[in-house]
Amino acid sequence: MVANGPMLRLLPRLSDDVAFFWTAGADGVLRLLRCHDCGFFIHPPGPVCPRCLSRNFGPEEVSGRGHVETFTVNYQQWIPGSDPYIIAWVSIAEQPDVRLTTNLVGVEPEDVHVGMPVHVVFEHNDDVWIPLFTPDGEGAAVGS
Amino acid sequence: MSPAVAEEPLERRAVISGIGQSDIGRRLGRSELDLTVEAGLAAIADAGLEREDIDGLSTYPGMGAGTGGFAGPTSPEVQDAMGLSLNWHDGGGEGAGQMRAVISASLAVAAGLARHVLVYRTVTEGSAQGTGGRQGIGGSGGGGGGGGGVPRFGGFMQWSLPFGAVSAANWLAMVAQRRMHEFGLTREQLGAIAVNNRANAGLNPKAIYRDPMSLDDYLAARMITTPLCLFDCDAPCDGATAVIVSHRDVAGDLDHPAVQINAVGTALRGRPSWDQFDDMTTMAARDAGASMWERTELKPADVDTAQLYDGFSILAVTWIEALGFCGRGESGPFIEGGANIARDGLLPLNTAGGQLSGGRLHGFGLIHEACVQLRGEGGERQVVRPGGRPVEVAAVANGGGPIAGSMLLTRGVR
Repeated sequence: MVANGPMLRLLPRLSDDVAFFWTAGADGVLRLLRCHDCGFFIHPPGPVCPRCLSRNFGPEEVSGRGHVETFTVNYQQWIPGSDPYIIAWVSIAEQPDVRLTTNLVGVEPEDVHVGMPVHVVFEHNDDVWIPLFTPDGEGAAVGS
Repeated sequence: MSPAVAEEPLERRAVISGIGQSDIGRRLGRSELDLTVEAGLAAIADAGLEREDIDGLSTYPGMGAGTGGFAGPTSPEVQDAMGLSLNWHDGGGEGAGQMRAVISASLAVAAGLARHVLVYRTVTEGSAQGTGGRQGIGGSGGGGGGGGGVPRFGGFMQWSLPFGAVSAANWLAMVAQRRMHEFGLTREQLGAIAVNNRANAGLNPKAIYRDPMSLDDYLAARMITTPLCLFDCDAPCDGATAVIVSHRDVAGDLDHPAVQINAVGTALRGRPSWDQFDDMTTMAARDAGASMWERTELKPADVDTAQLYDGFSILAVTWIEALGFCGRGESGPFIEGGANIARDGLLPLNTAGGQLSGGRLHGFGLIHEACVQLRGEGGERQVVRPGGRPVEVAAVANGGGPIAGSMLLTRGVR
């Protein structure tokens, strides 16, 4: 069975420092905070670049491509009514030491493997665009 | 990074002079303060002390650390309940795993801030879960917010909760999967931890799960979050553990061997996060282990028993490697079949059943058992080394993911 995600999405608060991340999907893109001085992607967002300590940074669009670093198929009913869903750590193509915890969607659990190339799709839920990933060659956003 | 080592590591001025444990069970229906006092008084008596001798108090995780039976009573509550007069007290959840409370006590003793510190950790998660569901997460990650309806989340939990990654089980399942990918760890190898710990729990009258379990039983258990099954997850319980950390000059006054703190491992050199840590297979255990060995002349081969955190089985695997008991990536073959980690093996592991079968005493059960083994008081489960040599050095590890602390303990003052 193709996996999607948990039955219920627990949503983030859109505080000032993270709202750009959780709403970038409205434009169909993934954005991460990037240091304009040294080029480091800062995730999760912080008050300074942890590499060069610059405060000269801002959200920047990335390709939305990445790789599955590891994953798990969750069976436990932490969120009652959920079918098995895939949680993964996906590294982003631009800086592989930045990882997003996400769900892999539109894929059968037995077809997932570490190193699998994936790209972002968004699930729009209230005022949040949740970045999920699907194997390259697979289609459009899920949800509405 | 250069190690931060004093000429003699100051933690060696401290010994564990007494140990105590309350009744332990799935659902005892007793208050956390009641259990704590029981364990505390037992530890004080074991050290040959009177209540009036205790002038320090230390605990993990301290005030505001969450609900659901996770936190235990705060140090002011215990001070008041036991009528203590203190020169020093401390409680908190940040630091080198749960044993931060012991490490902090050892430094207070070394600094002369206190002479006898009562250190405790109390959980009532068994009772708390008896009336509600099993909690996915302990502690808070920024909490909910906003108006009515389903709360929203900030802090670090916002990066995982939206994806149903609500439990450390999920995060550590990904650590296990990565280890399978990088090093070829198998479920059969991983199962050796649960089977070993269950066999040891059969010899521990206080353990939660004591019925024999085979590798086939393990492999047939229901999946929680691949590749972790039910028996890869520890057992929530009720219970309190206490130790007395004293200045080493009391060692001669005890009617049992003092347990000296030889070295502590407290480093955190990678990013303090589950999903951003550079090495997904070891995380902070790597740093704690490295910093511990930088503080001692002892070597991994000197260790007679290891009491390694097994809130999830994969953590014990991680610690075996992080503490250098085998090479990087070699822990799977090392534990396979269980011979190396059995009580008569190379590295007797979690001899009271660990948390998987002994119950989630949250790190302190492991500290307690290390002392029992070093004092030679393990009864049926006492480890005897080749040639009849007693247990002289024990390694203890607490924590997992980005949270880690370790200690080397010795029989008697060196």
